Amino acid sequence: MTGPIHDVRPRASDLLETWNGEAVDARAVPVHPVSRFRAIVLEALAGGGRLAALFGRPAEGRVLLTAVLADDPEGRLALLSTLVDGAYPALSAEVPAAQGFERELAEQYGVRPEGHPWLKPLRFEPPLRPVRDAFGRRDPRATIPGEYPFFAVEGEEVHEVAVGPVHAGIIEPGHFRFQCHGEQVFHLEIVLGYQHRGVEPLLQGGPDRRSLALAESIAGDTSVGHGLAYVKALESLAGRPPPARAMALRGVALELERLANHVGDLGALAGDVGFLPTASYCGALRAEFLNATAELCGNRFGRGLLVPGGVRHDLGAAEAQAIAARVRGAWEKSRRAAGLFFESPSVRARLEGTGAVSRETALALGLVGPAARASGVDRDVRRDHAFGIFRFVHVPVVTADTGDVFARAWIRLLEGERSAAFVASQLENLPEGGARDPLGPLAPGSLVVSMVEGWRGEIAHVAVTDEAGRLARYKVKDPSFHNWFGLAMALRDGQISDFPLCNKSFNLSYAGHDL
Amino acid sequence: MIDILKFRLGYGRQTVAFPDGPPKFPARFRGRPAVDPSRCTDGCTACAEICPTEAILAPGTASMAVDLGRCVFCGDCAAACPPGAIRFTDDHRLAARAREALVVRGDEPVLAAALDGEMRRVLGRSLKLRQVSAAGCNGCEAELNATGNIQFDLGRFGVQFVASPRHADGIVVTGPVSENMLLALRKTYEAVPAPRLVIAVGACAISGGVFRESPVVSGGAEAALAGIPVDLFVPGCPPHPITIVDGLLRLLGRLG
Ligand code: SF4
Repeated sequence: MTGPIHDVRPRASDLLETWNGEAVDARAVPVHPVSRFRAIVLEALAGGGRLAALFGRPAEGRVLLTAVLADDPEGRLALLSTLVDGAYPALSAEVPAAQGFERELAEQYGVRPEGHPWLKPLRFEPPLRPVRDAFGRRDPRATIPGEYPFFAVEGEEVHEVAVGPVHAGIIEPGHFRFQCHGEQVFHLEIVLGYQHRGVEPLLQGGPDRRSLALAESIAGDTSVGHGLAYVKALESLAGRPPPARAMALRGVALELERLANHVGDLGALAGDVGFLPTASYCGALRAEFLNATAELCGNRFGRGLLVPGGVRHDLGAAEAQAIAARVRGAWEKSRRAAGLFFESPSVRARLEGTGAVSRETALALGLVGPAARASGVDRDVRRDHAFGIFRFVHVPVVTADTGDVFARAWIRLLEGERSAAFVASQLENLPEGGARDPLGPLAPGSLVVSMVEGWRGEIAHVAVTDEAGRLARYKVKDPSFHNWFGLAMALRDGQISDFPLCNKSFNLSYAGHDL
Repeated sequence: MIDILKFRLGYGRQTVAFPDGPPKFPARFRGRPAVDPSRCTDGCTACAEICPTEAILAPGTASMAVDLGRCVFCGDCAAACPPGAIRFTDDHRLAARAREALVVRGDEPVLAAALDGEMRRVLGRSLKLRQVSAAGCNGCEAELNATGNIQFDLGRFGVQFVASPRHADGIVVTGPVSENMLLALRKTYEAVPAPRLVIAVGACAISGGVFRESPVVSGGAEAALAGIPVDLFVPGCPPHPITIVDGLLRLLGRLG
């Protein structure tokens, strides 16, 4: 990462600067001709910036594209827009991290990113405006995921392996198509979209009584992460930050979610390599963190805790102390259970060198979260674009450099350690005062980028209000949006039998991707 | 090896006492709602206005009810009702054999009836299920997975999730069934040899849940599998693992 965005910024008026959770006047976002838009985005990215989001919305019979550029070292975001219709020159040829965004635009708004190297439907969703999408489809029933031309490798001994959408275990649906030569994987193509429920259009026109429950259901294992991004977006638009006590309790819930998933993932990885003690213990220890979350709010996944303006349940001092002690105890056991796993030479031999993703690949694809940090990409929203309690209390960021299954597993242990310490110390020192304030109306004609470091990585929501202060567009980006391609790259030239292990080391969300 | 054994010895028994002993839930756990319309303030429909899934039927009238098939157990209705016309009990028993049985009035337990005669004889002691996530958010899937861990240990009752529909006695559907999963769900069902069960787990699979108004979902298993009856509905968002285990054991006639 070199140089902040302003180093390459030709003119101050080219970009609108903002930060995580700051509402801006939507009309103040500069709108450029396409060629200028491209040039500014490419320059900013070449200067070390990152494309955090790129999304469309209808405007003047055309489509207004808005890019959110992140300057992670400086903790700043910058916005710019362009109006397109029909086709425009794709960014993805130069910026692989844009590939998903541009496929989404092609599908949602029927604009064609010319020169896109991998222009395929993203989630087989019907267009969001009454046009045909860039693939000529208007009716969602016309095609389903998997009914499309797969990338194929030809040759005498090349064979194809197809897996899914219905998998062997209790897992969400997706289709994996391998091009193999014996055991060796030349290429893995991942087709998603089976989980598409239409989250974004359902949030449009809100906030209404469904909205919060919808946000909590974007990815059920990340209810707190997505729920938090949503309530934070609304609070920013209403100009009402939540009370300090609510921020602390939200931070506790977010880190408990990270702990439950990281510990569960360590158990799942252990199960996959046949190391059963850790598989059984971590399976049960994961429940300790889920149950601690249920002590906060009655639900093991944190549903019903968050509300715009604060939290729905406060804790008494004795309750908070009891949960803190429980979390410390559960972590102590988790650390020991994971220790058995990592200290076993046969386990290490199985994990090390498997499914490696290089730092260059991770950067190019825009990977986020533990998957990025395992490849040496030092990025974490809790530090880079600090929000809520993390503005006051810092959780150290951990990285590794081998980018393999081992690194992705090891990172989870180290992150768990820090999250457990954070949760316990917050619960032991909760700020005084109330835990919920009324929200008030949302500012009309505004835009806010709301980011949260979920357990899989950066969650980014962008909310835009209309003149009446209703949500005119609600864009959701789950960390899996970028990271699925990381999994495909982890398999390249690997062994097909490594797939389950690699897949678990990423443990990505299908629902979060498919929306 | 020694370390592993030492750890094991210090670890103790993990499996929950349920069903032999009472299950333990946290203080804020929201189980079956109890409805008492005599406590309603005249003309008040605050609960229904706030409910994300329109789960409250006939609010403020003598026939007020909560539809557990839609309810996501957010608790907002109870919070909006200081007189307590709707309140949440810690009764985990929520599963039912018929859709109508999920519409609760008063404060009576919901208990799923057992399969009858031949089905119970064939499946009662060994039930293999194929899970199909059809746009489930991974909440219900996670709790179904949890039923198999060492705490809830569904395997001890002879109930198991299997990899192939050909080896299964039925399917467990989660999610509101997206258009994009409709074909895969139907094909999986057809691949299960008859007689076969259909079990819908979670508000989405029962009614569409928070997605029921989306144009790209079918609104649950019953709607998606048009004409094929659902044998067991397990409400919740997601249901607690004990609620799932309770429902399955009642279906098999294993709980009195
Ligand atoms: S708890 Fe159930 S009935 Fe009550 S408001 Fe929430 S979803 Fe509606």
